[in-house]
Amino acid sequence: MDLSTFVFYFFAGITLVSALFILFTRNILYAAFALMLTFLGVAGIFVFAGAEFIAITQILVYVGGILVLIVFGVMLTNRLQGQKVLTPVYRKLMGLIVGGGLFLILFKAIVEANFGAITWVSGNTQTEPTSLKKLGLTLMTDYVLAFEVIGILLLIALIGAIHMAGGKRKEVSDAS
Amino acid sequence: MPVEHLIILGAILFCVGLIVVVTRKNAIAVLIGIELMLNAANINFVVFSQFDPERLQGQVFSLFIITVAAAEAAVALAIILKVYHYFKTADLDKINELRG
Repeated sequence: MDLSTFVFYFFAGITLVSALFILFTRNILYAAFALMLTFLGVAGIFVFAGAEFIAITQILVYVGGILVLIVFGVMLTNRLQGQKVLTPVYRKLMGLIVGGGLFLILFKAIVEANFGAITWVSGNTQTEPTSLKKLGLTLMTDYVLAFEVIGILLLIALIGAIHMAGGKRKEVSDAS
Repeated sequence: MPVEHLIILGAILFCVGLIVVVTRKNAIAVLIGIELMLNAANINFVVFSQFDPERLQGQVFSLFIITVAAAEAAVALAIILKVYHYFKTADLDKINELRG
């Protein structure tokens, strides 16, 4: 086993262990920090799959943005008075049946499908990193409509979120 | 690193996210589960994109998924803040009336 394989399985292990920690913990704040570890592990896996730009974007957007939003949400929606932020857990059996059953179906399908034998998978085994220039050219030529639409969607969503979350601010007129 | 291991990792992440969404009562914990499921979808896109090095379709799609996830998290947290302000709780079972 060479070094890159070892590092790959290290990242996969980080992702698995932190995801299972999210599953078994009841503390929302611990779950948020374990979610950060999961995102970092997934970013490492993206590097090994030859997608460096996606990995950097994953770290920037998820760890730097969404995780901070989640921690702020935990802070603003709980009366913190020194006790832990616990979430009640219910319908354990139903969740286990749904999730475990779906995983068994997916696992059987993946093993049966035998992706290594498909020609367009086994024929292209080089995992050289895709150049950023090529990705940018693809994004601005073939997918430019979707790119603009996603930009407008993000703008509208952020304005709507600020409008919803912001309270009514009264104008202070009597400054005397 | 065989491709099956990566896809099985994505399947495990998706199922963990699904179980978290089904079993948690707090709205923010449900949001954490949704982020896990979106990441699992991203893993599948990126893994299959590496066998198609010219067109980069999977990587472009995963960029779009990341953007939509950011927008979704912002809107969801704004809604959760307003719901908490109104009902004084973020427990999804106690939010069961449309107009108080």
